[in-house]
Amino acid sequence: MLSIQKCNEKTIRMNNRAVNNDAKSSNTDRKTVDNSTTPLLNVHDLSVSFTQYTRGLNQKELKVITNLNVSINHGEILAIVGSSGSGKSLLAHAILGILPANVIISGNMDYKGVSLIPKIQAELRGKEIALIPQSVNFLDPLMKVGKQVRSSVNNGNATKIQRNIFQRYNLEDKVDHMYPFQLSGGMTRRILVSTAIANEAQLIIADEPTPGLDTGIVNETIRTFRELADKGCGIMLITHDIETALKIADRIAVFYAGTTVEIAPVEDFSGNGNNLRHPYSKALWKALPHNDFRPIMGHQPPPNRLPKGCLFAPRCDKATVECHDILPKASSLRGGMVRCIHAS
Amino acid sequence: MRIKRISTFIMNKSIRMATLLIAVCFISFVLISASPIDPVQSYVGADMTRVGSEQREKIAEHWGLDKSPAEQFINWGSSLIRGDLGTSMIFRRPVIEVIKTRFISSLALMGTAWLLSGVIGFLLGNVAAMKQGTWIDKLIKGYCLTLASTPTFWIGLFLLIVFAVWLGWFPIGLGVPAGVLSQDVTLIEHIKHLILPAITLSLVGVSNVALHTRQKLLEVLSSDYILFARARGEKGFQLFWRHGLRNVALPAITLQFTSFSELFGGAVLAEQVFSYPGLGQITVQAGLRGDVPLLLGIVIFSAIFVFIGNLIADAIYYFVDPRTRGGRAI
Ligand SMILES: Nc1ncnc2c1ncn2[C@@H]1O[C@H](COP(=O)(O)OP(=O)(O)OP(=O)(O)O)[C@@H](O)[C@H]1O
Ligand code: SF4
Ligand SMILES: [Mg+2]
Repeated sequence: MLSIQKCNEKTIRMNNRAVNNDAKSSNTDRKTVDNSTTPLLNVHDLSVSFTQYTRGLNQKELKVITNLNVSINHGEILAIVGSSGSGKSLLAHAILGILPANVIISGNMDYKGVSLIPKIQAELRGKEIALIPQSVNFLDPLMKVGKQVRSSVNNGNATKIQRNIFQRYNLEDKVDHMYPFQLSGGMTRRILVSTAIANEAQLIIADEPTPGLDTGIVNETIRTFRELADKGCGIMLITHDIETALKIADRIAVFYAGTTVEIAPVEDFSGNGNNLRHPYSKALWKALPHNDFRPIMGHQPPPNRLPKGCLFAPRCDKATVECHDILPKASSLRGGMVRCIHAS
Repeated sequence: MRIKRISTFIMNKSIRMATLLIAVCFISFVLISASPIDPVQSYVGADMTRVGSEQREKIAEHWGLDKSPAEQFINWGSSLIRGDLGTSMIFRRPVIEVIKTRFISSLALMGTAWLLSGVIGFLLGNVAAMKQGTWIDKLIKGYCLTLASTPTFWIGLFLLIVFAVWLGWFPIGLGVPAGVLSQDVTLIEHIKHLILPAITLSLVGVSNVALHTRQKLLEVLSSDYILFARARGEKGFQLFWRHGLRNVALPAITLQFTSFSELFGGAVLAEQVFSYPGLGQITVQAGLRGDVPLLLGIVIFSAIFVFIGNLIADAIYYFVDPRTRGGRAI
């Protein structure tokens, strides 16, 4: 079995503010890491727009992420839930700095207190920040998967590390020499997860890492994430599926139409959802099969038809006149964050 | 398993080749029968007035031209099956021999051009795509688009005027120096005569290959797996070497083999401009002078030539690409 490499506080070059607990790091437990007051990652007021050429030379801006806030601490698993098109993958790509060239980004993203400007992002990608991509098309079709995982290894004997991880995920020796097209969907998912683990990154952004996996593997993946987090890493787990999020997350951020409407401790997702702060998260919670199983009426607005005020207003049963006028600010409430005028 | 795959592949291709050849023979025979050129007249040449009608008939009989087209086709076809392509009217030698000698000199020309345009075009295309939007890209793209829309013969004439006539660096034409016995011609002389036509052919070839490679690599670069490679910290040359080259090489090599037909077409023009004694040049002569056996021989030969190029391309995809190597039907 692979021993997860410790995510000790390798101080990065430009990192001056991050907690320096190198001395204690040999067997870091969650507590020592939690001393940190600077979050591992802090995204504040992030907006992302695509510039698109419409007819002729007319440029149009398509706002896909609006004033988004999210943060991850050392040792924490943050789940991001939200329906398709709510901007989850774009956030992941924005953090890594791999969005296409035609985007305009505003707001702040800090990693260990250091602003994530493109140059810094380029240094951190694949070293401190790792991505587990959403789709199986993200593997090079003409490279053997063993090699693709080995090329993610930053320290140590690549072959040994890769073999160990594969063993952990029940991937036989012969899989090393297979091409992606020869693998089942589930195997490919495990390969994708392996690339991030081989990386020994401190922040892992997992974009839907578990669909199509059987329960055993899902649990193994979840266990891996928990272990990594317990050693001080931060995990951003993007998922459609609240159930998986509930199983492992410390906090859950709810996305809607390109913004975070609520960030809540996982405990708040319980009972009839009264502890939740935002009408959308409440509705989402109630829509689950083991709760009321009552679907939310209407649809999430597409980026080109975002409402002027609160993005949820057209579907909200608590909406008032003000709701249609101004985008509610993010405010702290009962140990969480909410973006709603009438939240209590 | 593997043997079976290879044999089905060869079987399939052989059948395809046979049908192709039969069709090509038939169509070209029909076309030539319908052409207005009188073979007897072109055989005799300018002395037509001195040849009586009796002699004409004799000539026609000698070449089998008095028979109906259908009979001619059957006669020709049956000797073809025995491996006999007939005798060239212009050269008065067996067609097969004529083609062989001409092909060898064409091969030197086409081979050089093929390699040059393949290698240089591939390099330029990759550089342009990796540097998309920069001045290097614009330069390469501009060069390629300009050349791609310039006729081959025009480039040939231009090079001939500048380098052979004005600068005198190269001979003006022909495959070997005039007035020298063929066994006395040195290799250097051969090469000197080869350079200008080969450059002409390559210049045009380069632009095609480069534009194609550029397009292909841009596609690869916008793929998810490149995005993921970047997410893992790969960039620049490393990114190209690990993921770009790998994915762009196969289509490029395949394209190179399927370009035999354009290569042949280009050679016909280039050889004409430089009076280079290759297959292209005699193709034009055989056509203009109604040398039916030679023309048909060349048609068959070039069809096989192009077919082999395509065959190699298919074989590469079929046996080298891991995605098809695993065993997908043709
Ligand atoms: N290159 C692009 N150009 C224009 N719009 C884009 C582009 N990429 C994504 N979008 C839009 O941005 C929005 C958010 O996309 P994103 O991929 O982040 O959604 P997601 O939350 O990850 O959804 P899913 O759960 O389906 O993966 C979508 O409405 C999508 O149409
Ligand atoms: S701000 Fe108004 S419309 Fe938006 S969620 Fe809150 S109550 Fe509903
Ligand atoms: Mg997504």
